[in-house]
Amino acid sequence: MRSDLLEEISRLTADHLLLVVNAMVVAIAIGVPLGILLTRRPKARPWLLGFANIMQTIPSLALLGFLIPIPFIGGIGKRTAIVALVLYALLPILRNTFVGILGVEAAVCESAVAMGMTDSQLLRQVQLPLAAPTIMAGIRVATVTTIGTATIAAIIGGGGLGVFIFRGVASLDTVQILAGAVPAALIALAADGGLGWVERRLSPV
Amino acid sequence: MALVEFRGVSYEIAGKPILLDLSLRIEAGETLVLLGRSGSGKTTALKMINGMLVPTRGQVLVDGKSTTEWDPIRLRRRMGYVIQEVGLFPHFTVRDNIGLVPKLEGWTPADIDSRVDLLLEKVGMPPSEFRTRYPRQLSGGQRQRVGVARALAADPPVLLFDEPFGALDPVTRLELQQQFLALQRDFKKTSIFVTHDVREAMHLGSNIALLDRGRLDFVAPPREFRSAVSPEARAFLACLEN
Repeated sequence: MRSDLLEEISRLTADHLLLVVNAMVVAIAIGVPLGILLTRRPKARPWLLGFANIMQTIPSLALLGFLIPIPFIGGIGKRTAIVALVLYALLPILRNTFVGILGVEAAVCESAVAMGMTDSQLLRQVQLPLAAPTIMAGIRVATVTTIGTATIAAIIGGGGLGVFIFRGVASLDTVQILAGAVPAALIALAADGGLGWVERRLSPV
Repeated sequence: MALVEFRGVSYEIAGKPILLDLSLRIEAGETLVLLGRSGSGKTTALKMINGMLVPTRGQVLVDGKSTTEWDPIRLRRRMGYVIQEVGLFPHFTVRDNIGLVPKLEGWTPADIDSRVDLLLEKVGMPPSEFRTRYPRQLSGGQRQRVGVARALAADPPVLLFDEPFGALDPVTRLELQQQFLALQRDFKKTSIFVTHDVREAMHLGSNIALLDRGRLDFVAPPREFRSAVSPEARAFLACLEN
C-alpha cells in the first residue's frame, strides 16, 4: 500500500511536470513574440492585452468546459488541459515582455536609432538583453501559477497531481489530498527558486 | 555645396507649428550652434538632419540629397550623435559602447580596439583603465566623454550635439567644452550643436543660429552676434552681462 502510493506519486508528479513544461513552452513561444509585436504595433495593444486579460478572468473550470466542444484543440485529455494552461500563462509573459522592452531607457533607444541601428539590431542587441530580467520574471510568475492550476487537468482526464486531489475530495481522504497538494507545492517552490536564480543571472548590469 | 542645408523647412505636430520656414546652410568644417529657449524648435531641427524627424514642408539636404531620399541607416551612420542623457548602453563596456558603429560597419576587432584606444586617449581617459569598465562605473563627465568618443568612432563627417553638457557641473562642463574645441581642431568635423546657453554658443560656435518660437531670428558668427539688435538676441545677450 505504502509503496503503491509512492509509486503513484512519482508517476503523477512526472505527469504533472509534463503538463506544465508543455504548456510553458507553448506559452513562451507565443507570449514573447506577441509581446515584442505589441511594442512595434501600438494599435494591436488594446486587442491583445484585452484578450489576455479576459482569459485570466474566466474561472478555470469554466474555461475547460468551454474548450471541450471545440474541434482539434478540445475534447477530453491532456491536449485540452494544456490549451487552457497556455491561455492562463499568456498574460504575464506577454505583459512583462511588452513592459520590459518599453521600460528600456528612452535615451538608450534614441542613441541606438541615431547611430544607425536597424530595428532588429535595436531589438536583439539592446532591448531584449535589457528587458531579459523583466521577461524572465513574467515567465517565473506564469510557471508558478501554472503548476497550481495544472491540478484541474485531472477533471477532464488530463492526469497530473490533481488526480489525487479530486479523488481525496470525493472520498474525504486527507492523505490523498496531501499526496497531490504537497508535491505540487514543492514543485512550485523549486520552480520559483530556480527561475528566480536565472532571472538574477540574466540581469545585464 | 553646403554639407547640410535646410530649405523652407516647417514642422508641425497635430497642427501645432514647431518650426516655420527654416532655411539655413551649414558648410563643411563649421560648428553651427542652434541657440534658443526651450521649445524654440532647435532639437526638432537637429533631429531632421539625421532623419529621426521628417519635415512637414520643405526639405533637409545632406550632401545635396534630401533626407527622405537617403537610406536612414546609411544617413545615420555618417553622423555622430551626442545627447544630454548620453544614452550609453548599460550592458556594454566602454570599449563596446565606443566600438558600436564600427562593429555595425563590419570593422575587425583589432581595428575597433585600436580606434577605441585612440579615442579614449583623445578624450583624456587612459584606455587601460577605462576600456573594460561599464557605464555605471563612470562619473557623469566621464560618461559624456565616452559619449563623444562613441560619436567620433566611425569617423563620421557630421556630428550632432543636443545640449550634451547641460547636465554637468560647471567645472566639468568647461573641461568638456575645451575638449570639444581641441577635438574640433584635431578632427575638423562639421558640427551642429544645440544649446540654450549663450555663453556656450559664443565659446564653441563658428556660427550661431538663433531660433525664436520656430523661426530663424539671426545667423552670424559670435562676434557679429554681440551686436545683434533683435529683441530675442538682446534677451540672450543680456545673460552674458551678469
